[in-house]
Amino acid sequence: MSTVTSIRRPVAGYLETLLADQPQLPTSPLAWINALRVEAVNRLDVLALPTLRDEEWRFTDISQLTKLSLSKALSATHLEAADIAHFYIEEASTRLVFVDGLYAPQLSSAASNSGVVVSNLPTLLATHAAAIEAHLGRHAAFRDNVFAALNTAFLHDAAVILVPRNVALAAPVHLLFIATQKELVSTPRCLVVAESGSVVTVIEDYVVLHQPGWQEEAHFTNAVTEIALEDNARVNHIRIQREGAQAFHIANCAVSLGRSSNYQSVSVAMGAQISRYNLNVLLAEGAECAVDGLALIAANQLADTHTCIDHAQPHGVSRQLHKCIVGGSAHAVFNGKIMVRQGAQRTDSVQSSRNLLLTGKAHVDTKPQLEIFADDVKCAHGATIGQLDSEEVFYLKSRGLSDSVARNLLTYAFGAEIIERIPVASLKQRLEQTVLEQTSSPS
Amino acid sequence: MILQDSKTLLEVRGLRATVNGIEILRGLDFTVKSGEVHAIMGPNGSGKSTFAKVLAGHTAYEVTGGSVLFEGKDLFELAPEERARAGVFLAFQYPIEIPGVANSQFLRLTYNTVQAQRGKEELDPLEFDDFVREKMKLLEMSPDFLDRSVNEGFSGGEKKRNEILQMALLDPRLAILDETDSGLDIDALRIVSQGVNQLANKDNAIVLVTHYQRLLNYIVPDFVHVMEAGRIIKTGGKDLALELETRGYDWVAAEHQAASQTRAAEGAA
Repeated sequence: MSTVTSIRRPVAGYLETLLADQPQLPTSPLAWINALRVEAVNRLDVLALPTLRDEEWRFTDISQLTKLSLSKALSATHLEAADIAHFYIEEASTRLVFVDGLYAPQLSSAASNSGVVVSNLPTLLATHAAAIEAHLGRHAAFRDNVFAALNTAFLHDAAVILVPRNVALAAPVHLLFIATQKELVSTPRCLVVAESGSVVTVIEDYVVLHQPGWQEEAHFTNAVTEIALEDNARVNHIRIQREGAQAFHIANCAVSLGRSSNYQSVSVAMGAQISRYNLNVLLAEGAECAVDGLALIAANQLADTHTCIDHAQPHGVSRQLHKCIVGGSAHAVFNGKIMVRQGAQRTDSVQSSRNLLLTGKAHVDTKPQLEIFADDVKCAHGATIGQLDSEEVFYLKSRGLSDSVARNLLTYAFGAEIIERIPVASLKQRLEQTVLEQTSSPS
Repeated sequence: MILQDSKTLLEVRGLRATVNGIEILRGLDFTVKSGEVHAIMGPNGSGKSTFAKVLAGHTAYEVTGGSVLFEGKDLFELAPEERARAGVFLAFQYPIEIPGVANSQFLRLTYNTVQAQRGKEELDPLEFDDFVREKMKLLEMSPDFLDRSVNEGFSGGEKKRNEILQMALLDPRLAILDETDSGLDIDALRIVSQGVNQLANKDNAIVLVTHYQRLLNYIVPDFVHVMEAGRIIKTGGKDLALELETRGYDWVAAEHQAASQTRAAEGAA
């Protein structure tokens, strides 16, 4: 073990400090959950935090994170509904609220009707253990991923959505994760299981609570989401990351698509000092996915999105449009891999990375990647990086709009193309307003 | 229409302009009075569209000489948006598509911006909706165009109608229509022309930049100008357009050359 120890020595203190709180977790009544935790803790013994020398992390320096002394929240901060009502989404009929990663039942409206389950993990262990065991920790591989392992080591509260066969849930489910601006680590966890032929819309929403007199403080959100679609299921997944300016946000999401299922995802990253989103989508035969993203960042923010769309079987369709709007001296990273495995014939894949740099100091690294091991496929990908088109700016000015209004409108429009794909009207409207405000730089 | 009590709207004297260091406009003279309709014709590359864009203030073109007065004021003192607010309107040959911005939102923003600058009343979304729908009838446009993104997925004819709709909303003093007829079928040409004719009045003026006489059957000009190598070399009435249609441009250039040689010879004598 001596070589292994030497690998993790530079940051060993950091992980050890975090794990110091782990034994305080209440033991689960289910042996397999305890086993998952133990396995994750054991993996953390061998895994090291990534550095810029790791290919997958070469643009995203998280050394700042390891210099912070953060601890795991073990008791929830009490919030009143009035404190957080402005985060609610009117279309959502069910809502699970987690404060610093801990479930807040008094703020949530869980559901369990017509067989649909929207609830916190510990309350489901007696009734739905089998359905959960089949998926929890099975999709998001933690054995080689230090952050997924760290999340799994603390596995306790988790948002669980189970949609039974052929049930279409009309209203979206809102999973609201609130950071309270304390120097804490939270490990949000979500599991969505859409049984065959079911339909569900899930909004995964990471927000920060601003209250008068509260200072922006560093916190670390380390989230893991697993989504399983059985045959012919359809899941709309909207992910909004609007954490505080000092936050670190690292998230792993693994999606597994059954035959002829359909996964539509829009992820928006606006907050955090440093954010990283890994999204892995695995397609079975005839499955379809649309994986769209928008990073809207400024000042000295860094937003890193790594996606992998894995066409493991034939007749899969994937569409991906990822956009970055980068202002200030911010840095956006996009790494989008499309994998077409041997035998995945008739795969149809289009990927596009489009990036808008608003200032001379803004920076983007984009890397669309195609890896094709089948010979009868249709795949296209491309990337553009640019500034606002001067002809477009002139067109708007020739209609009487000032230079700054013209530029703001075009910037807004660039982002709105992604926001428009969110199938929840009030959220779409609110985000469009946010984009409009964020892109309205005074000049 | 040529009026007795007209006011001079635009006065261009000896205008020179370059793009990427190449001189396109080479001493252009041009005067427009209120109530008038002018057509500027000429072969490709003669500088017609450059002239239109210089008047609107496109930054790719550098003005290197001459003067332009708009209602007696130096046009080049004004930024493009100030020109628009003052009443200069350019209908683009290739209108820009803006995915992500609803046409209604864009039209209301430009309308209210210009109204505010002119000290006039702005309209809220509901009021504007009624107002713009009236204007759209003029151009036989379906209200669906309000909900779509600006020009995105519009056909050539639809884009041109959207340009004239903007002209109707912004109520300019001087409207320059840069090849508004290009890409239009006969029906669209008729509709667009009718729209323009209804917007023409004794206080404004219209400058049509076009290749084809066809447009001038619908919008009848008071003056037809021929542009060649960055200057206006001949001006006539509406019949000149018909003559150009049958004879082409070469004879105008030849006539102009002969005349300048004569002048040069007289000067030398």
